[in-house]
Amino acid sequence: MSQPQPVAQLRDISLHYKHVAALDKVTLDLPAGCMVGLIGPDGVGKSSLLALVAGARRLQQGELQVLCGDMRSASHRSHVCPRIAFMPQGLGKNLYPTLSVAENLEFFGRLFNQGEAERRQRIQQLLASTGMSRFADRPAGKLSGGMKQKLGLCCALIHDPDLLVLDEPTTGVDPLSRSQFWELIRRIRAGRPQMSVLIASAYMDEAQGFDWLVAMDAGKVLATGTPQQILADTNSRSLEQAFVALLPEEKRRQHRQLQIPPRTMHAGIAIEAHDLTCRFGDFVAVDKVNFRIERGEIFGFLGSNGCGKSTTMKMLTGLLPFSEGEAWLLGKPVDPTDMAIRMRVGYMSQSFSLYSELTVRQNLALHTKLFQLPAEQSAERIDELLTQFNLQAVADSLPLSLPLGVRQRLSLAVAVIHKPEVLILDEPTSGVDPIARDLFWSLLVRLSREDGVTIFISTHFMNEAERCDRMSLMHAGKVLVSGAPDDLRQQRGKATLEDAFIDWLREASGQQEQVPDAAALSSRVAQPDTEKRPPRFSLRRMLSYTRREAMELKRDPLRALLALAGSVLLMVIMGYGINMDVDDLTFAVLDRDQTTYSQAYALELAGSGYFIERPPLHSHAELEQRMRAGDISLALEIPPGFGRDLLRGDFPQVAYWVDGAMPVRADTLRGYAQGIHLNYLRSLASRQPTPIAVSLVNVETRYRYNPDVKSLPAMVPAVIPILLMMIPAMLTALAVVREKELGSITNFYVTPVTRLEFLLGKQLPYVVLGFINFIALLLLAVLAFDVPIKGSLPSLLLGGLLYIVCATGLGLLVSSLLKSQIAAIFGTAIATLIPAVQFSGMMHPVSAMEGLGAMIGQLYPTTHFLIISRGVFSKALGFSDLYFYFIPLLLAIPVLTLASVAGLKKQEQ
Amino acid sequence: MHRALSNVLQLGVKELRSLARDPAMVILIIYAFSMAIYSSATAMPETPNRATIAVVDEDRSQVSSRLIDAFQLPYFMPPTLINHRQMDRGMDSGLYTFTLNIPPDFQRDLLAGQQPTIQLNVDATQISQAFSGAGHIQQIIQNETTAFVQGYSGAAALPLEAVVRMAYNPNLEASWFGSISEVINQITMLSIILTGAALIREREHGTIEHLLVMPVTPLEIMLAKVWAMGLVVLIACALSLRLVVQDWLGVPIQGAVSLFLAGTALHLFATTSMGIFLGTVARSMPQLGLLIILVLIPLEILSGAVTPRESMPVVVQTIMSLAPTTHFVQLAQGVLLRGAGIGIIWPQLLALAAIGLVFFYAALRRLRTTLQ
Repeated sequence: MSQPQPVAQLRDISLHYKHVAALDKVTLDLPAGCMVGLIGPDGVGKSSLLALVAGARRLQQGELQVLCGDMRSASHRSHVCPRIAFMPQGLGKNLYPTLSVAENLEFFGRLFNQGEAERRQRIQQLLASTGMSRFADRPAGKLSGGMKQKLGLCCALIHDPDLLVLDEPTTGVDPLSRSQFWELIRRIRAGRPQMSVLIASAYMDEAQGFDWLVAMDAGKVLATGTPQQILADTNSRSLEQAFVALLPEEKRRQHRQLQIPPRTMHAGIAIEAHDLTCRFGDFVAVDKVNFRIERGEIFGFLGSNGCGKSTTMKMLTGLLPFSEGEAWLLGKPVDPTDMAIRMRVGYMSQSFSLYSELTVRQNLALHTKLFQLPAEQSAERIDELLTQFNLQAVADSLPLSLPLGVRQRLSLAVAVIHKPEVLILDEPTSGVDPIARDLFWSLLVRLSREDGVTIFISTHFMNEAERCDRMSLMHAGKVLVSGAPDDLRQQRGKATLEDAFIDWLREASGQQEQVPDAAALSSRVAQPDTEKRPPRFSLRRMLSYTRREAMELKRDPLRALLALAGSVLLMVIMGYGINMDVDDLTFAVLDRDQTTYSQAYALELAGSGYFIERPPLHSHAELEQRMRAGDISLALEIPPGFGRDLLRGDFPQVAYWVDGAMPVRADTLRGYAQGIHLNYLRSLASRQPTPIAVSLVNVETRYRYNPDVKSLPAMVPAVIPILLMMIPAMLTALAVVREKELGSITNFYVTPVTRLEFLLGKQLPYVVLGFINFIALLLLAVLAFDVPIKGSLPSLLLGGLLYIVCATGLGLLVSSLLKSQIAAIFGTAIATLIPAVQFSGMMHPVSAMEGLGAMIGQLYPTTHFLIISRGVFSKALGFSDLYFYFIPLLLAIPVLTLASVAGLKKQEQ
Repeated sequence: MHRALSNVLQLGVKELRSLARDPAMVILIIYAFSMAIYSSATAMPETPNRATIAVVDEDRSQVSSRLIDAFQLPYFMPPTLINHRQMDRGMDSGLYTFTLNIPPDFQRDLLAGQQPTIQLNVDATQISQAFSGAGHIQQIIQNETTAFVQGYSGAAALPLEAVVRMAYNPNLEASWFGSISEVINQITMLSIILTGAALIREREHGTIEHLLVMPVTPLEIMLAKVWAMGLVVLIACALSLRLVVQDWLGVPIQGAVSLFLAGTALHLFATTSMGIFLGTVARSMPQLGLLIILVLIPLEILSGAVTPRESMPVVVQTIMSLAPTTHFVQLAQGVLLRGAGIGIIWPQLLALAAIGLVFFYAALRRLRTTLQ
């Protein structure tokens, strides 16, 4: 029998993150058609290797052939990616929490271009064979950890991959779900023996069951072979031992067999719960839980995912209020506002919750200060912890660049930084490698036995459970049983604690071993399309993202409501608030003449209707003071002897002082002042015996399109384009960057969806929402504001549609270029607010602008749509008059889209 | 007390470090306080500036060409000579904001004292230019015709003259006002976004929950964000005022910059609190993005930084007197443009402090309830 072609061939593969080498000249052939396991400590490059093989990460150095092709070539990648499935590390990392189980599966099915019937059949089979049919409508975010992993697996299997890549699929999954998970994989492989599976795992007992193993350390391969070969080569009895034996000398030295001395101290109760209950609405998360933990005891908490362990721990720390019952911590009732108690308790939550923007050392330093460690001690303590938790090498790295296991070690270090008397640890060792786990446990043992620290710990590792003094097993909010681990095993009469637990859990959930439905999985539709090149552009894949985005929007109705109601509200505010009719201005008179003539002149000003008169001025100093304070914006100064000079024909002068701080207002004031002066002259002239020519010409001014020069009819057609720029752009601005920040972007990396499909798919629902928004604004303008649409409505609608595509495209561009959501919000605000409000001709015509602003104005879509909007609304124009302004919009759409495509990377860098 | 202060300090330093880790954000902040201010200050035209005007000259006389020559840059683009038919098309397509129609026999009628009529058409959709531009054009026509007739027949001058003097900004340079307004806008926008988004980010990443098991109170968490983000914006604002507004744009600052910065600090106290409040209202970053737009636009547009506050409807004025921006705009214009001292702007300082305290308290209460 000839050896089949390896599924992946690695030649001299190296990978660096900034200065850290993740992989160092790895050369390796991974055999096809079997289960290949990657084992090794955290941070040795397992995840990096998997991401490279799956095509999720960009290759830096070396040659990589996967499924008989070069992974450097984009065309090969797009050709084979329908044959590869990748499940990244982390519980449900690539799932969409607001979408239901079935919707998540449908999303993936569409991405692989499956038709309706095929998709439905596959989803049904997958759900049936994983026992998830009952949960088809539950949002993925509400699933327990184990179910999330099962769903992740279903999503990976939906397209019958030839290579299944699983990165720590069972980390954080309870023993029962774990055994079900592997059972599922076994059945799938029975149905499709040609499928290759590549798995990274921290569980050595799982690795025992794989066909072929790769042991890694520090970016290098230590050994390869079947588990038996590796055991034989290292002369070990268990893989765990073999694993240690394979490590380089210095690392091995750190490892000692863990011995747990018996407890000697018995010093009263540290934690006590009495009928502790927590309800979320109708759902009882924790149901009358009772326990008592002695000081210095290591108390284990085990149970299936979502059984209420974390909730119980959160109630004890004061993070969640309890619905009923009582709890005491160190002799005092639990009180969330008690700062002193917080200083004596250390807590570590299940998910990483330290600052990803701070380095490892900075995170530690921050916490020494929050816990008030004296400055001289804190440096020492930080060094101590870095050593204890083996973090020196990564002290100046950012947590996100570190593997899960290393991050967990950092969280632990933070939890013990202030030497607390009680430690509450929620799955602290999930995803941590065996050696580091032992190291950590030896620390816990020391804390417990030497310092009398009470440790309340939840775990899914059975060998850890065995190390506890006592433990409780929880299921569905209730404590099933408590006691010393060995007693519990014997109670059930099982050989191992794990078996005893699975037994208890099965009994409690009333769940029977599911009948394997391997037939259903293997009798799949033949795969005619695997050899076919996937289409370059697939409408179905694009619409898959459209649907996903639309569903997310539907699940968050507040967002759509904010967009719609918000734009209506803003239009009202802007329509009434931006008032260009400058009136009700304040003025005061400094009358140094005090004659009937001067009073008549002042009266002309007061009677003009533009002004509000303020108390008269008495001096220049007062004039200056009041103008400075903004009390008056215009002052009229009438000189002494005004009346006399006027009568004599001595050409007296009156002076107007205008506050020039606001130039537009000042200019208007100047116009008013001159007009009032002219009026006075006219009335003066009519009373003169010999008429004088006040003005020689009549200027007949006609205000076109808006005869009354009212602000509202002029503002409404301008406000619509501005709102339609800012709101749709802000809607799309987070579409891509959010997936980047939350991790689901991996789906885009490893599925056949192209960048164009991805972007257009995401844009579409927002275009629809934007257009609904547009219609709402038009209705508001016509019905509420009485601003009629005088010209061609179809032209306006068409222009609006093109413009909304531009606006959403601009948001997507920001989103694909930036990495953080904050930057995307700020960037979008900068990219829309100033150009739309100031440079696009709302206040001042673009032709009057200069410099950079003018350049932006001429290119910016708002400028052109503003002309269309004003043309149709106020000037009664149609398409033939305005077609010229559609061209820039039509050009902007592909330019924006292509720029987004260029800014988005199809692989992680 | 010492512990609380130390926590506030340390958590604030953490905020600053986080910000420094986001280079795109730093670049955006720099852009917002430099190029954005420069471009918007210089783009804002003088009133009117480079207004487009076309003339239908049916007289072709000495006085009509004198009139045409009188329209000059920077106020008007050189007038285009057109005929009647071109006039309507040009105005429809927005080519000309103003068109002037000088009738036949204009000069003859003028000299005969028959007060001939010139027709001025204004595109009233260009609302800001329409009004003041029409005033300018009328003034130019009156001046030119008077001068022409005087030169021709030596008619008597007007019996009374009015001198209009512009205080604080003699040439009504729009960039003086524009740059200050833009600085104000950026201060408000950045401080709200920074604090609001920082809070949501902490929630989305679970770090806020982590902080709550530390010996840290919500008050400390909030104060840390307020001082750290406030400081960033205050420094950006001070640098921008010095380098961009004073040096690059050459705007003369009338009053004491230190007084303005003190006012800015009070304003930031209010706006950062507002950001935190929004951060507790929004459940996710996308919601926050929209909320910020909804809040920012009225804050900026109705504050008096764009159009005169006294011309707004009274109800708007009343509501906006509760917004910090309104008082900050008055303060900034008073100090920077009119050289007002503390004796004049103390009511604004007081109002800002009061509004800040109310906002801070409201945000803290919401933060406490949403975190529990």
